[in-house]
Amino acid sequence: MARITLNGVGKVYPGGTRAVGGVDLDVADGEFVVLVGPSGCGKSTLLRMIAGLETITEGTVSIGDRVVNDIEPAGRDIAMVFQNYALYPHMSVRQNLAYGLKNRRTPAAEIARRVDEAARMLELAPYLDRKPRQLSGGQRQRVAMGRAIVREPAAFLFDEPLSNLDAKLRGVMRWEIKTLQRRLATTAIYVTHDQVEAMTLGDRLVVLNGGRVEQIGTPLEVYRRPASVFVAGFIGSTPMNLVRSDVLPGLARPGTTVGIRPEDLVPSPDGALSMQVSGIEELGVSRLVHGVIGGERVSVVVPPDFQPSEPLRLSVRPGAMHLFDAATGLRREGS
Amino acid sequence: MKRALFGNRLLPWLLLAPQLAVTAIFFLWPAAQAIRQSFLREDAFGLSTSFVGLANYAALWGSAEYLNAVRVTAIFAVATTLLSLGVALVLALAVDRLVRAGKVYTTLLVWPYAVAPAVAGILWWFIFNPTVGLLPYVLDRVGYDWNHLMRPRDAMILVVLASAWSRISYCFLFFVAGLQSIPQSLHEAAAIDGAGPVKRFFTITLPLLSPTTFFLLVVNIVYAMFETFGVIDATTEGGPAQSTNIMVYKVWFDGFIGQNLGSSAAQSVILMLIVIALTVIQFRWIEKRVAY
Ligand SMILES: Nc1ncnc2c1ncn2[C@@H]1O[C@H](COP(=O)(O)OP(=O)(O)OP(=O)(O)O)[C@@H](O)[C@H]1O
Ligand SMILES: [Mg+2]
Repeated sequence: MARITLNGVGKVYPGGTRAVGGVDLDVADGEFVVLVGPSGCGKSTLLRMIAGLETITEGTVSIGDRVVNDIEPAGRDIAMVFQNYALYPHMSVRQNLAYGLKNRRTPAAEIARRVDEAARMLELAPYLDRKPRQLSGGQRQRVAMGRAIVREPAAFLFDEPLSNLDAKLRGVMRWEIKTLQRRLATTAIYVTHDQVEAMTLGDRLVVLNGGRVEQIGTPLEVYRRPASVFVAGFIGSTPMNLVRSDVLPGLARPGTTVGIRPEDLVPSPDGALSMQVSGIEELGVSRLVHGVIGGERVSVVVPPDFQPSEPLRLSVRPGAMHLFDAATGLRREGS
Repeated sequence: MKRALFGNRLLPWLLLAPQLAVTAIFFLWPAAQAIRQSFLREDAFGLSTSFVGLANYAALWGSAEYLNAVRVTAIFAVATTLLSLGVALVLALAVDRLVRAGKVYTTLLVWPYAVAPAVAGILWWFIFNPTVGLLPYVLDRVGYDWNHLMRPRDAMILVVLASAWSRISYCFLFFVAGLQSIPQSLHEAAAIDGAGPVKRFFTITLPLLSPTTFFLLVVNIVYAMFETFGVIDATTEGGPAQSTNIMVYKVWFDGFIGQNLGSSAAQSVILMLIVIALTVIQFRWIEKRVAY
């Protein structure tokens, strides 16, 4: 168990591609931090620099109280779960779990104890003598988890570990990872581009965009007070509406972008806004109404049996407006 | 599998005919002839032949020359195979690193395969020729009098090097393909699991490469035993003092030079059985380990 500190961490690949720049992050002991962002934003690169699989070209990474920039992956006392699981195909599940301990010359009795314990925890006991190819996707995922657990490392690193599973299993495994991490109280850094995983798993989120940190905060902080237009559009199951300020009556503030979540627009007969409805998406639990207000595309969440009038009059839930500087995209203070 | 439907019963046979004819003329018929011959003996003038049962085989069993050929073949095949596999693997590992680091395009790797055999033939002649060769010259400088025409060990080294050399590019390509099919994340997982480069090689790379290695092992043994006739004939002609007289060369020598057709036939039947055995082993093993 350890805290992980990144200081001005950056990465320029040999070809000259800048993947990550100026990342400062302090992960507390036992904390679960999720790195989230769109594809290609440098999440994997950042995680792999922490793991030691990628050289750190700028800044320092510390695990515990050691700077680990020049320490091999094996010496960093971390365990990693890969997207494709990276199980050793020629070894049984038991051998897969034991491999890391054997390499570290752990006594055989201790290895057996830890493997059995992990197998029990992950319900892998019946499969210990199978090869990875004889397991289902979910079981392979568990073996990959088990391989990380038996090592009892200072930190777990996850790189999109659930993206190869179907939606249902993903939900189950998400919960299992969360409970397991709580129980072991091991520091964890988890990479995903799935914002549901990001919201549900993390004690804190780090939202990355183009290799830079957009915002760091608890899931609710990030959801409630997005620090930039980018975060506002990225976090949330339906993207936030972003419109010019003059669309909203009485709020003409030049150079300002206003963000309102589709849930925060409420149909009301005397609402100040008037939306031209262009289509309806059925979500089951609710309906998503798409339309245009003052030339800006907007969507609204309404109850499942609600039939929108034409035009649809809307009001904004009090205090639900987010103001952003249109030029920089950053949040305006006092909003 | 989907079954193709032929309206005409004859058509499939017609389509197969060329292949069947080639097999029959160039393989089945000579094989049958060899087996028949191996039970016969001609008199010294070739005027009469008589059935002698297994006498030709029995004679081989008691022939010091033949047993020597078996021993020479074993040494030669094992040395050639190990040398070509070893060098190819080392080269493949080096290239695999470059490819993974994105420094080389995989397609560029194919051209040595096309060029190597041609270059190899010329090159080894220039290197080993006792009078004008490079190696004898260098060895002479360090006080070693290289002469594969006189010294059995030099001769063996020469034929092994010459045979292995031309196989390296072939093995190399298979090894590179095999190495490339091992996902990078396995190496990374093993590195995180505390395995250094050497340990990773022996516990991850080599086991995952074993199907390739085994395939190459068999193919190269078959090559060394049967397709090296040209190398032997061009360099040592089995000498000096029978020291490089491998079985396949002896078949030819006894049959065409020595005119001892019965013995030659018996020897080729034995070779045929060895090929069949190797092939069976290979298929058995591949069936057993299609995947790990
Ligand atoms: N080995 C490499 N050499 C050069 N550039 C690379 C290399 N690996 C990644 N990149 C570049 O660095 C950037 C970040 O890549 P990275 O894999 O970290 O993204 P990611 O956030 O993990 O994306 P995804 O969600 O698709 O996995 C990308 O622009 C990518 O093209
Ligand atoms: Mg990634």
